[in-house]
Amino acid sequence: MNEKGLLRSEFRRRDLLAGTAVLLLSGGLGRASTISGQLPWQPNAGDPPVRVKAGPWLFFSGDEGRAIEAISDRVIPPDPETPGGKDSGCAVFIDRQLAGPFGEQDGLYVRPPFQTGMKNQGDQSEGGPRHNYRSGLAALDKACKAKYAGKEFADLSDSDKDKLLGDLESGELKLDGADGKAFFAEVIKDLQMGFFADPIYGGNRDMVAWKMIGYPGTRYNYLDWVDRHNERFPLPPVSMTGRAEWTPKAR
Amino acid sequence: MRSVGEGMPLLRAVACAAALLFTSALAVAGESDPQDFTQIKNGQYLAILSDCGSCHTVPGQRRFAGGRPIETPFGNIVAPNITPDRETGVGAWTDDEFDAAVRKGVRRDGALLYPAMPYNAYAKMTREEVVAIRAYLNTVEPVRHAVVANTLPFPFDIRTAMRVWDALYFTEGVYKPDPAKSAEWNRGAYLVSGPAHCGACHTPKTLLGGDKTAQYLQGSKIQGWFAPDITGDKARGIGNWSIAEIAAYLKAGHNQVSAATGPMGEAVSLSTSRMKDGDLNAIAVYLKSVPGRQDTARPLPANDPVMTAGAAIYRDACSACHMLDGRGISELFPSLAASSNVRSDDPATLIRVVLRGARSVATAAEPTSPGMPSYAWQLDDAKVAAVVTYIRNAWGSAAPAVSAQDVARERSQLASRPD
Amino acid sequence: MARRLPKKDVVIIGLGWTGSIMANELTDEGLDVIAIERGPWRDAPTDFPTNYMQDELRYRIRHELFLRPDQLTFTFRNKIDQTALPIRNWGAFMPPNGVGGGGVHWNAETWRFLPSDFVVRTHLTERYGASFLPDDMTIQDWGVTYADMEPYYDQFEYLCGTSGTAGNLNGQIQDGGNPFEGPRSRPYPTPGQAQPFGPTLFAKAARELGYKPFPQPSGNLSKPYVNPLGVRLGQCTYCGFCEWFGCGNYSKASPQTTILPVLIRKSNFSLRDNSEVIKINTDASGTRATGVTFVDTSLQEWEQPADLVILAAYSMFNVQLLLHSKISQPYDPVAGTGVVGRNFTHQTISSVNGFFDNKKFNFNPFIASGSIGMCIDEFNGDNFDHGPHGFVGGAYMGQVQTGARPIETTLVPPGTPKWGAVWKKAVRDNYLSTVKPGTGVHGSFYSYRDVYLDLDPTYTDRFSRPLMRMTIDFHDNEIKQNRFMTDKFAEIIKAMGANVVDKQYRTAPYDITTYQTSHLNGGVVMGADPKTSVVNRYLQNWDVPNLFVLGASAFPQNAGYNPTGTVGALAFWAAEAIRSQYLKNPGPLVHA
Repeated sequence: MNEKGLLRSEFRRRDLLAGTAVLLLSGGLGRASTISGQLPWQPNAGDPPVRVKAGPWLFFSGDEGRAIEAISDRVIPPDPETPGGKDSGCAVFIDRQLAGPFGEQDGLYVRPPFQTGMKNQGDQSEGGPRHNYRSGLAALDKACKAKYAGKEFADLSDSDKDKLLGDLESGELKLDGADGKAFFAEVIKDLQMGFFADPIYGGNRDMVAWKMIGYPGTRYNYLDWVDRHNERFPLPPVSMTGRAEWTPKAR
Repeated sequence: MRSVGEGMPLLRAVACAAALLFTSALAVAGESDPQDFTQIKNGQYLAILSDCGSCHTVPGQRRFAGGRPIETPFGNIVAPNITPDRETGVGAWTDDEFDAAVRKGVRRDGALLYPAMPYNAYAKMTREEVVAIRAYLNTVEPVRHAVVANTLPFPFDIRTAMRVWDALYFTEGVYKPDPAKSAEWNRGAYLVSGPAHCGACHTPKTLLGGDKTAQYLQGSKIQGWFAPDITGDKARGIGNWSIAEIAAYLKAGHNQVSAATGPMGEAVSLSTSRMKDGDLNAIAVYLKSVPGRQDTARPLPANDPVMTAGAAIYRDACSACHMLDGRGISELFPSLAASSNVRSDDPATLIRVVLRGARSVATAAEPTSPGMPSYAWQLDDAKVAAVVTYIRNAWGSAAPAVSAQDVARERSQLASRPD
Repeated sequence: MARRLPKKDVVIIGLGWTGSIMANELTDEGLDVIAIERGPWRDAPTDFPTNYMQDELRYRIRHELFLRPDQLTFTFRNKIDQTALPIRNWGAFMPPNGVGGGGVHWNAETWRFLPSDFVVRTHLTERYGASFLPDDMTIQDWGVTYADMEPYYDQFEYLCGTSGTAGNLNGQIQDGGNPFEGPRSRPYPTPGQAQPFGPTLFAKAARELGYKPFPQPSGNLSKPYVNPLGVRLGQCTYCGFCEWFGCGNYSKASPQTTILPVLIRKSNFSLRDNSEVIKINTDASGTRATGVTFVDTSLQEWEQPADLVILAAYSMFNVQLLLHSKISQPYDPVAGTGVVGRNFTHQTISSVNGFFDNKKFNFNPFIASGSIGMCIDEFNGDNFDHGPHGFVGGAYMGQVQTGARPIETTLVPPGTPKWGAVWKKAVRDNYLSTVKPGTGVHGSFYSYRDVYLDLDPTYTDRFSRPLMRMTIDFHDNEIKQNRFMTDKFAEIIKAMGANVVDKQYRTAPYDITTYQTSHLNGGVVMGADPKTSVVNRYLQNWDVPNLFVLGASAFPQNAGYNPTGTVGALAFWAAEAIRSQYLKNPGPLVHA
């Protein structure tokens, strides 16, 4: 018998390209072993996430990246209190996710035949996220240029951007080569996901989204707050890479 | 070179063949007797007290067959095969030869043993006891396993140099009870300084690897860990532990304050968890009477920037198990507030556990064996130093601060450790 | 070619809750036991550490702890006349994988079924008449009673250290507990949890409406505990990363925190991880299991012979393995014959979100745990008169907000745009003052003739075996039940003081993309009659007496409660039957 699969042990997170927040799925195939006598343990055990590094796009082309950044600032606009999608890194988040296992549909069932089904049978398309973004952004660019005399999305005024996105969302604007409504819904989902995920993945820079809503992050012990009903929790948020107060200030 | 007692192998073979006739003769002569069940049983217990298995057994492999590298500051020494195999073990040795090795540090061929074999502690045992251990070892399955013992680098591989070491550090002589103390105290003193050889790890060493006797049991760095102060000192030792708590730690590997891990976990698993309750109590009584350094350190002020940062890290990253008051959960997560190990001068154990994580020992009395995760990927050297300094100086504790350089050094040393 | 291993007394397929319970019981009996687990070994300090477990993206959105669909999945359709398509990415449920199984990443909601649930067909027929039940509803009595189960519920709860307030102690109704529960012989091992603001306010509103709220029975412990095996658990710290996540501080009951430390020390137990059992082997007569065949990660096939085979995988994989091994007759819904795959059920779930004035209400919803919350049981089972309502079955309902992780819990009131400045402001204004019950309405899902499991004709797995096909849809009974429940629940949310009450009814058709608990049941149902069950009342297979099949695959229909309490109790019950009866005299324990 044969099967396509990646042995977990062949992948070492730290060996991968810097800049890719890797979500290698450890629910997959590790090496089989026989265990008896005592609970297994080794030092430095575990599979911690690798931080996304700033740098050039890993998946998007320059134009694609510019377009996604512009979209991100309309989906999550900047305001005086909280940065928008672009400055908080949501486009970077999507780029790194598409460059990594998520983009490859790692772990999903991608065997044929691909048949169209009912909506409640779930996504049956063969393409996957990388295909959706490439074709979606290309189709959006084409539609935008057609409607706005050759201008790219990023160069439109904010109100024109909003109009175009609103038409995509309602289905009034149809794209050639992509399902515009579905694509925009996917982009909204991914941008907002990057906005609220841990900053280690590239979005939610400096925990700006968590600060906005009052979410304390990765804290694990609330025993002293369970009984404090209807009081504002005052401590700042923490992420997997800590918070500013973890670094000792210079004397 | 000693001469081999000619009659011994023959005598042993005959003894095996016609047991009863020889039993009383052998017993009277004080020799190991393959038919004396009481002697063998005593020997088995003494082997547990002396923890032969920790060094002479490779975990997961044949018992007492040797081959385990023992780390010393001078290099690795490999523990030999002490099963009764005649060619590769000690099966051909006489009882005198066995006793000389265990209590005098002299090998059968006359070469001197390195004190990785704690003969200077075992010297406190009587010949009768060592012969009983020998009788027990004779019942263990013989394993053919040739071990090259000396793997030290030059010049430490020159065994004759041990003569100098022995002159400096080795005192022969069985344990002499102190008539002013109770029988229980004396039993504890005998166990600690004799078969259980606690000082081998817990007494600091000179450059040559001998005991700094003036700092008896006040803690020592060994194999990348700091074996803590186990005197009755309240700040740095176990003076605040009750007799029951000390005995519980040794028996179960866990008590309300702390948990055994690493090499101590192994000592608990193979040795102390199998000691009789009376012996554990005796050890506890004795240890609490040993004087420590008895000086007081002053805690760092809470508003020191390192303490502030450490407190933030502690609350966010540590308090889910060790709790906001530092007291952990009894028998599950150590009480950092009460743990003297945390306040050791040398923070090596604390840093090691934070960086690499740790799994506490499982015993029949306490099988849970909870573990701590590794923080090496999450906390850089300055952050580890801050949280460790905080832990050592919060909740009424006081101990020297730990610097980022201290952590950097431990981190790089740990990276090259095989275990 | 399969390589043959030395024979063992017992081979256990899967090391989740039921596999661990059975392994511990049978090793205590002196038997030589091997467990074979498809997934990896997992444990708190190495796999659920408190420094990276709190990762919503990795564990909730990307499902890292669960089975990967490309390793094994199912196909799905609503009706018999449709084409089933593969579930390419999980949605409605998430099968577990790895040592500990679902016990690692469950919420730890630990309920008992009602006495009437075990004899549901008899009970409903007596009360309402046979014609009150739909013709195609195939619910049936279990073959055991609540009284049979009570000591084993107690055993499982004391294994876990379950936190709760008893409602019925030996027939005496107790204040503060569930007045509808079956009688229990002693209190819970640890007290009910301290409740955060949201559940406290829910309980107050519920009381004002005349209900009797009580703390949900919780496997997130209210205080440190040592169980009868000597294994210790810690105290839950309300981290809000429960379901989908492993517990980082030993305070959630799981096989790892209750059984495995003791089990692994036994010299007569061993475990092979990352090894998938692909077949239960039988002899030429087909009436005796001879062991199993499994595949390890190098794709080498192994044969593990054994005298006793315990199938203890996740419910759906129990069904699939019997189908692939050709044990017992597969169910044919058209002909009405066969039993394997019959009476497949899920859970009927809905919720109501409440949006409150953020100047008056601050819920700190992130202070939460998987089963900490307040519930009412007035509308579960047959606890109320169904006569006027035209449906059967029921639900508990409660404010059990299991967490407030922001990717999923940044709700906005209905009508708010999905993006833009208005959306952003609504998120900011509502996060702390929104009630989003994790377990809102948790209802029964009764069994039907045309809701079943069989093998797919088209799609295959990595070993070229047919995937299992799920044919499942909601029937009118459950839709009606849920509408009633959701409306009742909404009244309580409103009474809490919500400005906007957003009802999320469960509607047909059954949707594979939205999460509705992983409580999939049936397919290998237990019963008194071999014509309508695959295993007898001791979970022993009718056709192959040295094969026992544990887990929720035994449920003839699903009640309005989370299944794990009953799954654990049944495992202890079956273990007792094996130890006290089967081992003394191997053979069928029930002669039908």
